[in-house]
Amino acid sequence: MVEIVKRPHVENFIRWAADKPRVVVLSADLTNSCEVAKWRDTYPDRFFSLGMAEQNLMGFAAGLAREGFEPYIHTFAVFIYRRPYDQLAMSIAYPNLPVRFMGFLPGITTPGGVTHQAIEDVSIMRATPNMTVLETGDATEVESVLDVAHSIDGPVYVRFLRGEIPRLFPKDEPMRLNHARVLRRGTELAVLSAGICTEETMRATDVLSSQGLSISHLHISTHKPFNDPQVLEAISNARYGVITMENHTIIGGLGSATAELMAEEGVGKRLIRIGLQDTYAHGASQHYLMKEYGLDAISLVRAAEKLTAQPFNITEEDLAGVRLQATHSDAKAEAL
Amino acid sequence: MTEMTGIINGKKKDNPIWKTEIQAAADSIRLRVFGHVMKNNGGYLSQACSSAELFAALYMRIMHLGPSSTPLIPHPFMGVPGPANPNFFNGGDYNGPKAPGLDRFIFSPAHYALVLYAALIEVGRLAPEGLEMFNKDGTTLEMIGAEHSPGVATTTGSLAQALSQAGGIALGRRLKGESGRVFVLMSDGEFQEGQTWEAVQALSYYKLDNVIVYADVNQQQCDGPMTDVMNIEPLTSRLESFGARVFAVDGHDIDALVEPAELAPDGRPTFVLAYTDPTRGIPLMNDRRPVLHYLRFKDGAERTRYDEAYTAMLKQDIKKRQHLRQMRLHLEAFEKLTSNGSETHG
Repeated sequence: MVEIVKRPHVENFIRWAADKPRVVVLSADLTNSCEVAKWRDTYPDRFFSLGMAEQNLMGFAAGLAREGFEPYIHTFAVFIYRRPYDQLAMSIAYPNLPVRFMGFLPGITTPGGVTHQAIEDVSIMRATPNMTVLETGDATEVESVLDVAHSIDGPVYVRFLRGEIPRLFPKDEPMRLNHARVLRRGTELAVLSAGICTEETMRATDVLSSQGLSISHLHISTHKPFNDPQVLEAISNARYGVITMENHTIIGGLGSATAELMAEEGVGKRLIRIGLQDTYAHGASQHYLMKEYGLDAISLVRAAEKLTAQPFNITEEDLAGVRLQATHSDAKAEAL
Repeated sequence: MTEMTGIINGKKKDNPIWKTEIQAAADSIRLRVFGHVMKNNGGYLSQACSSAELFAALYMRIMHLGPSSTPLIPHPFMGVPGPANPNFFNGGDYNGPKAPGLDRFIFSPAHYALVLYAALIEVGRLAPEGLEMFNKDGTTLEMIGAEHSPGVATTTGSLAQALSQAGGIALGRRLKGESGRVFVLMSDGEFQEGQTWEAVQALSYYKLDNVIVYADVNQQQCDGPMTDVMNIEPLTSRLESFGARVFAVDGHDIDALVEPAELAPDGRPTFVLAYTDPTRGIPLMNDRRPVLHYLRFKDGAERTRYDEAYTAMLKQDIKKRQHLRQMRLHLEAFEKLTSNGSETHG
């Protein structure tokens, strides 16, 4: 059973920022919801509340960055890339300023419904020149993404996790830029997963391998740049084809990036993109939505069956060990 | 430096003809823009008419800027900013170095670029020949300036984004303990954007009194008179209710433009609403009302009328320059006399 870490960002970010006086936090009325209330109380001189005014927030971040500060914007992802996109693009991305966008509630991780679910953020941020796009998949990545973002001379968008987060990867194996984690090596099927989908994928690849399928499974934490040679190697070696699994619309995210890579490298293989099939979602629990929209382990099994043209006698029960997460958890600031 | 900006040890040099100098520069800005608009068979002319005094007063009296170390004839376009472009060059460098005690200039209405370039010529930061590059492929003197264009520090062609950026710069400068102020030139149309009010709200909340905004309130926008498009008045009371210190002044009155910037800060961001005439100096433009945003000649007859107006203005300018030269000579002679006497006073 994987270790569950409660709100790792709270203390980790405080520790990490202690010797970085140029790091400042900008918030848009979601301070506790983005796990920086204690940070605010620890470093009150470096914390700026800008209220529910995200267009102006982008400009303030740009100005601070131009003066040598490193702003970490903490708010829900939708309020970063949807509402103030022109400001993000023109005030921050165009001049390549070192602003870090910590986007909370990626994809269907929230019951907050369509207004709160960032389902096309990777697509839009990938299309934004100068932007580096990262996604956290476990507690280790939530802790170590700070060093990755900090090292980049330019804007960085991060899909951030909060609350109770599994630790899938050893604490001493931090996230690395443009470097996939190879979780399994095989020759028949390549599976690429990102964010919360990786835990689900691990469950399925475990059972599929036990039935004799040889799988490469890579966890992707850098959406852009996307040219890690390990990815191409895994794809090239996969006899039956490739499956991508993302907590995002299949247009413009991991699935699209993989398709682009395969086409450009002339890898003539089949590709199944698991994700939101060009649809918005609605407000419900993460577990419910993952099942409803086919972002769960059994969907991966079905995709594997399709590519290999062989049935696996696997049921949902076989994929047990599913970690159910309470929607109302005391590790979250509110029920969102 | 002292010659260019009229500053000695951070204090204004007491030049008795400073106002005449600024007015002459404003007239030249208008004339130069007019000349370019004629040459290009159209352009943003009303903006020069309304804001010429504003630019001249800002660069020659209001802002404390250091000397420019940038080439008088600008570099060609060196590419957009990004990790793969080490040659990127910021146009804000034309406004001098970023020193703690010096002011910054944030230029918001990017379509006023030609007026800005003309102003830079008047203060010796850009060569008159440099303007030949205006709106030519591969140059930085773009029609809608971006942050590679001379005098342009931030990319603000998508209007109303500059004030928030200036707020971030002002906050950053305060955190670093810098005394220099942040001047922002805005157009009145930008007060229609919600972001402007978000910015005023934040400037006021964080008591950023190191921000001084000069707005060219020419009451004109792309579609025509602002009152026909979307009303922003009463601007003074709206801004005051947001916590700003506001001065509504005649934007062609140099004293009135200069005075608010000389007041001690009082915890509030300052807004100088410069009410201006978008046909100032070229009354012929009144025939084009109600829409003045961009001059595009309707026919040859109209073009001829503008040609005549330009030629007349040019002749007048030659006379004005002769007069100014004489004034400068008198002043020099007078200064020589008094400087001999002042030595005994220590």
